[in-house]
This record gives sequence, C-alpha cells and structure tokens, in this order.
Amino acid sequence: MSDATPIKDPKERYRAGVLKYAKMGYWDGDYEPKPTDLLAVFRVTPQEGVDWVEAAAAVAGESSTATWTVVWTDRLTAAENYRGKAYKIEPIPGRDDQFFAYIAYDIELFEPGSIANLTASIIGNVFGFKPVKSLRLEDMYFPPAYVKTFDGPPTGIIVERERLDKFGRPLLGATIKPKLGLSGKNYGRVVYEALRGGLDFTKDDENINSQSFQHWRDRFLYCMEGVNKAQAASGEVKGHYLNVTAATMEDMYERAEFAKELGSNIIMLDLVIGWTAIQSMSKWAQRNDVMLHMHRAGHSTYTRQKDHGVSFRVISKWLRLAGVDHLHAGTVVGKLEGDRNSVLGFYDVLREGRNEVNREHGLFFEQDWVGLRKVMPVASGGIHAGQMHQLLDLFGDDVVLQFGGGTIGHPEGIAAGATANRVALETMVKARNEGRDILMEGPRILADAAKWCRPLRAALDTWGEVTFDYASTDTLDVVPTPTSL
Amino acid sequence: MRITQGAFSFLPDLTDDEIRLQLEYCLSNGWAVSVEHTDDPHPRNTYWDMWGHPMFDLRDPAGIMTELAECRLANPESYIRINAFDSTHGVESIALSFIAGRPSAEPGFRLDRTETAGRTQRYSLVPYAVDKSPAGERYRAGV
Repeated sequence: MSDATPIKDPKERYRAGVLKYAKMGYWDGDYEPKPTDLLAVFRVTPQEGVDWVEAAAAVAGESSTATWTVVWTDRLTAAENYRGKAYKIEPIPGRDDQFFAYIAYDIELFEPGSIANLTASIIGNVFGFKPVKSLRLEDMYFPPAYVKTFDGPPTGIIVERERLDKFGRPLLGATIKPKLGLSGKNYGRVVYEALRGGLDFTKDDENINSQSFQHWRDRFLYCMEGVNKAQAASGEVKGHYLNVTAATMEDMYERAEFAKELGSNIIMLDLVIGWTAIQSMSKWAQRNDVMLHMHRAGHSTYTRQKDHGVSFRVISKWLRLAGVDHLHAGTVVGKLEGDRNSVLGFYDVLREGRNEVNREHGLFFEQDWVGLRKVMPVASGGIHAGQMHQLLDLFGDDVVLQFGGGTIGHPEGIAAGATANRVALETMVKARNEGRDILMEGPRILADAAKWCRPLRAALDTWGEVTFDYASTDTLDVVPTPTSL
Repeated sequence: MRITQGAFSFLPDLTDDEIRLQLEYCLSNGWAVSVEHTDDPHPRNTYWDMWGHPMFDLRDPAGIMTELAECRLANPESYIRINAFDSTHGVESIALSFIAGRPSAEPGFRLDRTETAGRTQRYSLVPYAVDKSPAGERYRAGV
C-alpha cells in the first residue's frame, strides 16, 4: 500500500500539478462519519496496479469535489468539509480483484429534496473514471436530516389499504396482455373480466402509451368503464394503473388530469422518465389523491451486473425518497432476475420503518426512515397460483402479486383465471392464519380448494409445475453467519 | 351477487370454528378486534356501525364470539365484519378485516351513468337495497 497520508502543509498541498487523490485528502482511515453525513458503499474493481486506498480515494474525489489536478481555487472554500471521504475498505469474500469502499459525504453537498442532485454527484462522472475497471454502488445511508427534506410516497401502504378497504392479505393484479396492439375497446374488456373475476388491480404495461392502434384517451375511457362495471359487480374498490408516461411533462400532466377526472384512483409511471419527472408527478399525485405506481422499466441495464452499475436496493431507497406508492421489486420464483436474499432486502427497504444492518439481505447500513411512508412492493413476472404458498411465505401481506399470463392465459377465460388466483390467495392466507405450515402443506391446501373451485383446478393443471430455475447474476457476497441451533 | 369485500369472501362463508381460529391469530398478534355492521355495503361507505368499541383488553376469542353472536341477533340480514386493529407504531390501522355475516339475499349494485363532455361518463354505484328503503329497514323482507 502506498503512503496515503494527506498532505497537511498548504504550500505543498496546493502546488500546481497532479497529486494522488489520497494525498489530496479524499482518504481518511480514521474518519468517524458525522450523524449528518450521507454514506455510500461501492464495489470497486481497480485497474491492475492501482492501489486500493488510492482507488477508494479517487471514487470519493470524483463523486464530490475533485478534478484530475490540483486547483488553487479550493483555497477559496472550506475544502475539507466538501471533500467526500473514503474511510474504510473491506475485502470481498472470494474476490481478490475488488473490494468495498465506504465513503462519507457532508450533507451540505446536496440540495434538499432532489434525487437529481444526489445522483448527479454519486453516480455522475465517477462511473466512467478510467483508473477503475468497474464500479458498483451497493448501498447508501441517508441521515434523518436529509430524509426529512423529501415528501416520500404520496399515499403509502397504510393509506392505500384504507382507501381500497382491503386488509390482511396481499393485493392481486394483472398486466393486460398482449401489451401492444389491442384497440381501446378490446383492452378494456380484459380489464373488466380480470377485475370482476376477483383481481384488485389491472395494469398497463410499460410501453403502452399512445400508439396508432390505441390513443391514450381511448384506453383511459374504456379502462374506467371496465373498472366501474367491476366495482358494481363485486361491491369492492378496484383500480387500473393508467400509464401516463409520455414525451413531455405537459403531456404527462394532461394524461394524469384526465385519469383523475375519470375517477381513477391510481396512475402509473415508467422509471425511464427520470428523477425530476418522477418527483414532479409524485407531488401531482399527492395534490390529487391519486396513487402512483412505478414500473421499473430499464433498471436491469444498470442493476443486474454485480460488478458495475447501481444495486436495485439503492434505486429502491431513491424511489422511496422521491415518492412512489408501488414499486416492482421482484418475485424470486418468477421469470425475472432476482436472488432471494437480495430481493428480500429490497422489500425491507420499501416496507420497514427502520432497516437494521443485514448483510445477508444486502443491507450495509442501519437506516431510520423517520416516518417516511412505506412503498407497496409489486411482485410481477412469471408467477402463478400454484406458487401461492411460496409467495405468501416470502413476502407476507404487504405486496401486490401480479399474475398477468396466469390470469389472462387461463383455459376457461380471464375472469376464471382471476377467480383462481383470488381463491388460491384467500385459501392460503386463511390457512396461514390458522397456524398451518403453508410451505410444507401448500400444494395440499391448494388441491383441497381446487376440489370446490373449478377455475383453480384448471390453473393448477395448466401451470402447477412451471418454474424458472436459473442462477442469479446479481448475488450477494457474504459469508453467512450460522444462526441455527 | 355476492359482495366480495373483506379478506375471505371468495371462500365459502366461514363457520364459527373457522372464525374463532382467525380471532386466535389476531389476538396472538396483539391486535384489538372489533365487530361492525351495516345495511349500506357501498364500497366507499367507510364507517360501518360499531358494535361497541374495539376490544382492546379482551384476550379471549370466546368473548368476541359472544359479541359477534349478539350483533348477529340484533342485526339480522345485515353485513357484519370483524376488524383487527394493529396499534404498532407505523401501522396504526386495520391488519385484517373479513365478513362474518351477510344478508340471505344480496341484490347488489346499480351502476348509474351520467354522460358528460366528449365520451366521458360519471359513474356512481347505488346499492339496490339502499335505494329502496331507509336505514334499518333494508334486506329485511327478501328486499
């Protein structure tokens, strides 16, 4: 390890030229983070020959105040305060080419209540920085003073349930399929059938906006016809996530206003619209008593590879601050990427009032959300009624389980598919509450219900054995601490 | 039709033994159970009539079953639900709610439409039973 002692003598420190980042003061192995500091942990893979401490210091520098050379204008500032400080490096079990770097940032580096500002620093230039081969933001900690500058979810889990009048069970949803090509009228038919059959929500997919086959106004009108007819048929509150994602803010506001005017209780956004747009729409949702569903379209481009990018647990934290009510967070058992413990960590971030350090779930920091409302996670993608015991065991009650293909592809029709899912769900919740071991007895419990519920029988016959059993790409590197007796 | 509010309405009506198991689950979680009834099952009718306060200090399912039986007796042909309230900080809301009594005939809801500008419609749900009789006299004579 090279000498990483910062140069204290100002004449030496500010002589024109290039200095190691550690020498410039971006490494301080003795630093004790202040209670108001923001903390980040990066997985750093330095180029060969680059010292670990220097690489950590470089990441701290490039994500805060540094540039490649010494500048005398630092002396016009209290530069010490504004420097990001790498304060700890930690080896990664089984990897000798990379390490975890812990970096502390002073709260004054960040504009209050702005995820755009936060991300411009933390994942701005630094990810392209040549001396690191790859870089991944694994986790972040936000002090209460910073958390309190955000409004958070406009509705939150608790108030969502009160508005829907649905308690003590997961909610059920389905995405309308095919996601592209249906006319507004045919699309609304699927909404109506799925909701009257027993689902709580139906959903637009990420890329249905306003195309030649279906103008957005047409979709909104027909979907709300379906929602209202299903409410009358069931006596329950129902909803359809109307996707208001559009080219401009003006378009999105126009679509959201129309959704509200039609009485929709929820709208939807795609993550690709960006942080500023998300925060704007979150404030709109709060002002208009409309819930906000977030589809994480695009996230896998930067969350999936464990050596480079941003972990979805960080994206989850940013979205809880930015303020969404629903967020797709993985299924474990379905068709999309998701290591079990990592996914459970995302659910912790979205649903807990306070996260404890839990390295087995990928949580590096204790995080007190100081009353910030909770986000309802959504499990969607390749799940079916035959997995109900596993899903309930994994996620508990506060989750939306979305069975798109598992509803619409049912051999007896869409409403029957919805009924199969709802009966499977209620049966499993009831059995769990009665104290039965649903993981062990799950298939038997479902088979018993299928004796009196024909749609469930057909669903189990069609999909009972379907699994997506592939190795995860984004896995955790922890040596588990044995907890068993 | 069958109104499917509450956690278990897609299942056959729960027997008293099954209700008791759910109550045991609620009490084991430290939740306070309450009984409510109504003859206006509109999904936005939030405030059903309370059959007494939530039973914060009652830890025995038998006592709650007695309250449920009395509520059923006093309000025949009504919707009756059991709520379990979780006062844990950060929840402070209902943790489980399910229907434990319903009228023998459920006529359901009329969907009223008011056509407004363009193709927009205003929808309202009207329970047929509410339309027909004042509170307290609904669902009584087979509607």
